[in-house]
Amino acid sequence: MKISIRFFSSLREQLGISVLEFETQSRDVSQLRSELMLFQPQFAEVLAPGKAIRMALNQVVCDGSEALSEACEVAFFPPVTGG
Amino acid sequence: MSFEVKIQTEDFDLSHEVAQLRSSKPQVGAVCAFVGTVRDRNEGSDVSNLELEHYPGMTEKSIQQMMVDAHQRFDIISSKVIHRVGVLGPLDQIVLVAVISAHRGQSFQACEFLMDYLKTQAPFWKKETGPHGSHWVDARVSDDQALARWGIDSRNALVS
Repeated sequence: MKISIRFFSSLREQLGISVLEFETQSRDVSQLRSELMLFQPQFAEVLAPGKAIRMALNQVVCDGSEALSEACEVAFFPPVTGG
Repeated sequence: MSFEVKIQTEDFDLSHEVAQLRSSKPQVGAVCAFVGTVRDRNEGSDVSNLELEHYPGMTEKSIQQMMVDAHQRFDIISSKVIHRVGVLGPLDQIVLVAVISAHRGQSFQACEFLMDYLKTQAPFWKKETGPHGSHWVDARVSDDQALARWGIDSRNALVS
């Protein structure tokens, strides 16, 4: 299925990508993270397990087990620091 | 019950925003407002400017959800949040949280609750520039602890 992936803050800078239209085989957000790590070496480094990364599916924070669906929007970003 | 969230690059005027919030609401007896501003020092280093990035769409939705939660927990009449994005310098205003209620206790609490919530759950990121260059600000464990006082488990500052 085709999905949209967004990166913010330090992740956006490290990858040099804000939005990625991506054809995925993954069923959920965690699988997608693993799939991206195999996709290109720079993703393997930025999304490695143990890194402080937060994820959102369709603009709601998620823990990774949530199922992907056609045309959904996934986002990866570091801990938030607003206010 | 109404919520207003504005994400904007422009500055805001506290008096104007509060006047608008409590306009035509004679049941209001308390207004509590918090304004966050840019400091010229952070974590022992000089700060010449801050750049604020956010996640358009999710930011507004997540803050609206916090306001729904605040209205469920506290006896308040209305609330408003304004958060600026873009490049800001020392002395600039960053954020406004304003709450109105019949009595002071509820608006004091709701204002602090909303601010604690926003610090750890709304998708904003600060990049600081100082004499040694630029870096993304780290999340603080103390902000998670502030939200924990309200019985909400936040792990924003955790490493993984």
